[in-house]
Amino acid sequence: MEDLTIASKKAYNKKIGMEVLFTRTLIIVALLLIVLVLGIMTTLIIESIPSMKSLGFKFLWSKTWDPVNNIYGGYPFLLGTVLTSFIALAISIPFSFAIAVYLGEYNSKGWLSNLLKNIVELIAAVPSVIYGFWGLLVLVPIVRDFETKFNILPYGIGIFTASIILSIMIIPYAASMGRELIKMVPSNLKEGAYSLGATRFEVIKSVIFPYTKSGLFAGVLLSLGRALGETMAVTMVIGNTSLIPTSIFSPGNTMASVIANEFTEADHTLYLSALIELGLFLFCVTVVINIIGKFIINKFSNN
Amino acid sequence: MKAIFKSISKTLIAATMIIGFASNAKAQDDKTLLGAGATFPYPLYSKLFSEYNAKTGIQVNYQSIGSGGGILQLTNKTVDFGASDGPMNADQTTKIGAPVLHIPIVSGAVVITYNLPGDNNGIVLTPDVIADIFLGKITSWSDPRIVSKNKGVKIPALPILVAHRSDGSGTTAIFTSYLSKVSPDWLAKVGQGGAVNWPAGLGGKGNEGVSGLVKQTPGAIGYVELIYALQNKMDYAKVVNKKGKTILPSIASVTAAGNIKLPEDSKVFLTDTEAADGYSIAGLTWQIIYKEQNYNGRSLERAKKLLNLIWWNIHEGQQFAAPLNYAPLSKEALKTAEKIIKTATYNGKAILK
Repeated sequence: MEDLTIASKKAYNKKIGMEVLFTRTLIIVALLLIVLVLGIMTTLIIESIPSMKSLGFKFLWSKTWDPVNNIYGGYPFLLGTVLTSFIALAISIPFSFAIAVYLGEYNSKGWLSNLLKNIVELIAAVPSVIYGFWGLLVLVPIVRDFETKFNILPYGIGIFTASIILSIMIIPYAASMGRELIKMVPSNLKEGAYSLGATRFEVIKSVIFPYTKSGLFAGVLLSLGRALGETMAVTMVIGNTSLIPTSIFSPGNTMASVIANEFTEADHTLYLSALIELGLFLFCVTVVINIIGKFIINKFSNN
Repeated sequence: MKAIFKSISKTLIAATMIIGFASNAKAQDDKTLLGAGATFPYPLYSKLFSEYNAKTGIQVNYQSIGSGGGILQLTNKTVDFGASDGPMNADQTTKIGAPVLHIPIVSGAVVITYNLPGDNNGIVLTPDVIADIFLGKITSWSDPRIVSKNKGVKIPALPILVAHRSDGSGTTAIFTSYLSKVSPDWLAKVGQGGAVNWPAGLGGKGNEGVSGLVKQTPGAIGYVELIYALQNKMDYAKVVNKKGKTILPSIASVTAAGNIKLPEDSKVFLTDTEAADGYSIAGLTWQIIYKEQNYNGRSLERAKKLLNLIWWNIHEGQQFAAPLNYAPLSKEALKTAEKIIKTATYNGKAILK
């Protein structure tokens, strides 16, 4: 008898031991992630000190980027990043919400739904350089024809083209998340509305959207995050000029694209440091937009 | 669980040992020389080093990571030589902290390519016209300064679209060095560097980015490496040189551009040179080594091997340049290169005599 209790105690202790080990592993992994993000932030700050010292806060609103004379201003690129991301978002939202509603509410089962779902997810899986190629070879000539018709200087390349490419790339994020959430709306809520005589559109408008809005917004935020950081596809179609864009059809540049283009041959300390500061700047912009997003989500959910 | 940890730690130990052996092997292997740097001469260097290996059994491991990266690796003393398309700048010279030698190996050129409908390969451009196009002052192909130099050639009256490199590059450094020499306006407004603040036009990444923009847009003009233009059969312009001669860029005219008295350290761009038959927009590509070869416990043996390799590159190696579309060194440039190699020392004593 005694042996048995000892044996079972041993087994019990072993179980507890595993449990503790498992918890600790989880904590360590979670902490590592925090350390990693803080580490990246610290590296960016340390490496951009030379540039901060020499340029100060002027970096944020100065309009010239001139590596020859060591004058660095991030404003044109900030403008390019914000413009391309938000135009892309504006274009993509109607599409991603429509896809989400269709796949979540109208047609949530069956082969067509599966096919559509997989294709939308595939959009996110295609490497961005392929979007860049497609943009350069197919979209740019179309935009150029369009610009010729409306008497805009027909570059074909520019902020507008980059935004279109981006909008396609970011559709799946908001769409997939929206679909899952719309599927999860409790059926008794919807049935209640139907029984009161609501039409399908009214159910979507007054039951599904209010119920899922914070989640839908989170999906949009995810899309925006992707748009802000996208590099390769944008750099291939945006025109890469440091001049301030005068309209959405003019060429421009984004922060990510400048870093990718100029990093490898940045041959003096201040230049390299200015590029890293641009990276830090992009990092901060992303963090700020995320915080604002979280704030809005919280506000919506509390109501 | 323990077993897993054990196996993990075993793997880690094994991995460390392998890495340790590998780095040891590297340091002790006298049959291997290491180099890193410019991508532009990479095809030629591959050919040179494989020929050299077949002849002497010495292996050269060259990584084409870009000129800036090559100089950084030399600064960190992880390679025997760096390679660069541009001479080291003041900042890099301060960082490396010891005298270095730039040995010219071959030269390359930058050509002006364009997209004009119709048969008009080899239109003639003068220096002032080139500068004003890239400054955004000349905006149409029907400008009298272009047309007057190209009588008998049909040039459509299209607006000009300027295409330039968006990434920092040796090609841009050579081209802007040329523009700065021929146009005071360019020098004052833009200046010279691997990446500059372009007053006009669109940027494309790499030679292929620029040529993509040019090929897609009728009326576009851009600049790419001569080798790239030759391989892709692109139209390019003849340029009027300093002596007033109209020169088609070619291997011969690029070599000719370097047939001038070079400064003792060879650190110049071959742009707008005095050579009568020379093409105006050319540049050397260098292999860079420390002047004093006794550092980091290097043996005299290894230093000798390195210098012999470079000596071979600028002599026997030159025969492999032209078939790969690189311009061999001119007589004058070779003389300068020989002089520079001979100044390399080991404990203060000349290595090659």
